[in-house]
Amino acid sequence: MSSVTGSAEPIIIDIENITKDYVMGEETVHALRGVSLQIRSNEYLAIMGPSGSGKSTLMNMLGCLDTPSSGRYEFNGRDVSAMSDDELAAIRNREIGFVFQTFNLLPRADSLRNVELPLVYAGIDSETRWERAATVLREVGLGDRLHHKPNELSGGQRQRVAIARALVNDPSIILADEPTGNLDSKTGEEIMALFENLYRRGHTIILVTHEADIAQHARRTVRLRDGLIESDDGDFNGIDVSPIEDPLEADVTAYK
Amino acid sequence: MKRFAYELSESWKIAVAQMRSNKTRSTLTALGVIIGIVAVTLMGTAISGIQVGFDKSMAIFGDDVLYVSQWPWKPVDDWWNYRDRKKIKTEYAEPINRIIAATPNSNLVIAVPTSSLLRSVKYGQSEVSNVLIRGTVSDYLITSTFDFSEGRFFNEIESRGGANVCVIGYDVADALFPSESPIEKSVLINGQPFRVIGVISRQGTFLGLFSLDSIVVMPLPAFQKYFSAKSDSDILVKVKDKTRLAEAKDELTGVMRRVRGLAPEQKDDFSINEQQALKSTLDPIKNSIAIAGLFVTGLSLFVGAIGIMNITFVSVKERTREIGTRKALGARRRTILLQFLIESTSLCLLGGLIGLGIAYVMCSGIGKAFPSFPVRFSLDLVLVSMAVSIFTGLFSGFAPAWSASRLDPVAALRYE
Repeated sequence: MSSVTGSAEPIIIDIENITKDYVMGEETVHALRGVSLQIRSNEYLAIMGPSGSGKSTLMNMLGCLDTPSSGRYEFNGRDVSAMSDDELAAIRNREIGFVFQTFNLLPRADSLRNVELPLVYAGIDSETRWERAATVLREVGLGDRLHHKPNELSGGQRQRVAIARALVNDPSIILADEPTGNLDSKTGEEIMALFENLYRRGHTIILVTHEADIAQHARRTVRLRDGLIESDDGDFNGIDVSPIEDPLEADVTAYK
Repeated sequence: MKRFAYELSESWKIAVAQMRSNKTRSTLTALGVIIGIVAVTLMGTAISGIQVGFDKSMAIFGDDVLYVSQWPWKPVDDWWNYRDRKKIKTEYAEPINRIIAATPNSNLVIAVPTSSLLRSVKYGQSEVSNVLIRGTVSDYLITSTFDFSEGRFFNEIESRGGANVCVIGYDVADALFPSESPIEKSVLINGQPFRVIGVISRQGTFLGLFSLDSIVVMPLPAFQKYFSAKSDSDILVKVKDKTRLAEAKDELTGVMRRVRGLAPEQKDDFSINEQQALKSTLDPIKNSIAIAGLFVTGLSLFVGAIGIMNITFVSVKERTREIGTRKALGARRRTILLQFLIESTSLCLLGGLIGLGIAYVMCSGIGKAFPSFPVRFSLDLVLVSMAVSIFTGLFSGFAPAWSASRLDPVAALRYE
């Protein structure tokens, strides 16, 4: 990981030798056996690996949904490995935008209410909440679906609402777990174009996927196997900030 | 603080949405609380009604009057010790009054003799039986306060002379003179005519057991002339300062011992009673009725609370993934706890309000159908019921809400 030195962008995620063990009955499962990873601002990174590789566990760590058994995890310079539940909730609320495979929208709430939810937990007044929620919904192309409930929206539109929800609190990273897993390939490509767009506007995106053609949208790929990092083409890091050198540029413009 | 307010309003919105989308379930669950609140509220109205009736009945005895009687106003185990006591005689009033007059700074005002028994009262073809016939003196008005709806009480001359006059209670007047004024009419008691000179205004019943209006009061000499046999006599003694009732009781005991001529080693052969003594005898009975009633009705509310608890557990289970999502988006433990507490509490409060409404309708229905039955619907009762509903909601929602707030976000998100 020495290759990252010299990059202009600040480090957001700094993981050093973290492990995670689960006790299942009498057996202890070592889900992560010592993973080190650094992620800088405005990276577009894919975490890949077969099931059982520890990729979900790593994603939970990165998303501050869980704490490591050992090792150090600094998020924006703050040690989160020993934080309490509520402190982690505050980090998740302000710093991390989650996009789930199953969208996880509140079924009885319309798009606006779904998107404003993180702002409720951030303690923002309702007027500002609605304004910001409406703005991000327009940004993801749902300006005409503000008052639709999830069951009145297509799968792609639902995932757009979820992405709007992830963006609304202006987080440091967007963490997407198999974001296209429940979508047909055409809609999936539309969602990936949206991520590309966000990346190019300066967002930091972490994709967790087992599909190679989804992962190839990212600029850097980390492969996990048996709780360890198998490969990390982190050399892109800090280099691909210039869109001209981006080999995927042509594809991306096609979706615009 | 601000964030807390937003979380609160968010929780409230969720609770309303949840109740709306699960109408049948919410209604059925609330039904338990509704029934519980109806039962508790009705019991509450009955108890406070009994309390009011009790106090009203007690007021008849006067809180500043002592009663010199053969028997104490409380249950006694050694009744044989009282049975052979000498009867209280109406003549005692005279020496008692003499002693009171001779005692400087006496806390006693006056002694009034009364003598009573039950007889029938007739007028023309009408007859009322089991009427309390009471002989007393004109000073009776000092110890017993009542108004006259018509006429007057007998005066001192009539009292001393033993004139054949009487005042009658409301029930007697109502039964014998349904459509005319009883004043100056003659009623027959034991075959003797008595001229009615007054009608006592309505007094009601004592604990709903017997009417205080089924009474005829006449001058003592007239009473003794015609009904001397088998009458029970009491001496009523008015107290000057009712805050020093115990002192007055001691003084009266001394006076009575002098009147009876008891030697210092002899025990009292009379009882001095007061309203308070009767109250302290009846209070435990009244209280145990109240406690038993509230306990039984409280059980039905408890069952309702368990229903709410159960449904909240189901709700937490069903929405485990939603809880996971909310946690991922930054909901803290407190937020989740609050959400489910508000859900269970608003359900209980809704049930409580409906129950209160039903109880109110039932109460006024009972009040109309049985005017004598003491039901009372008060603001206090409404507030208490609301407080009980909220408490029930918090009580029944706490365990499920707590378990929801403790959910591990990873496990909750993965829950199928």
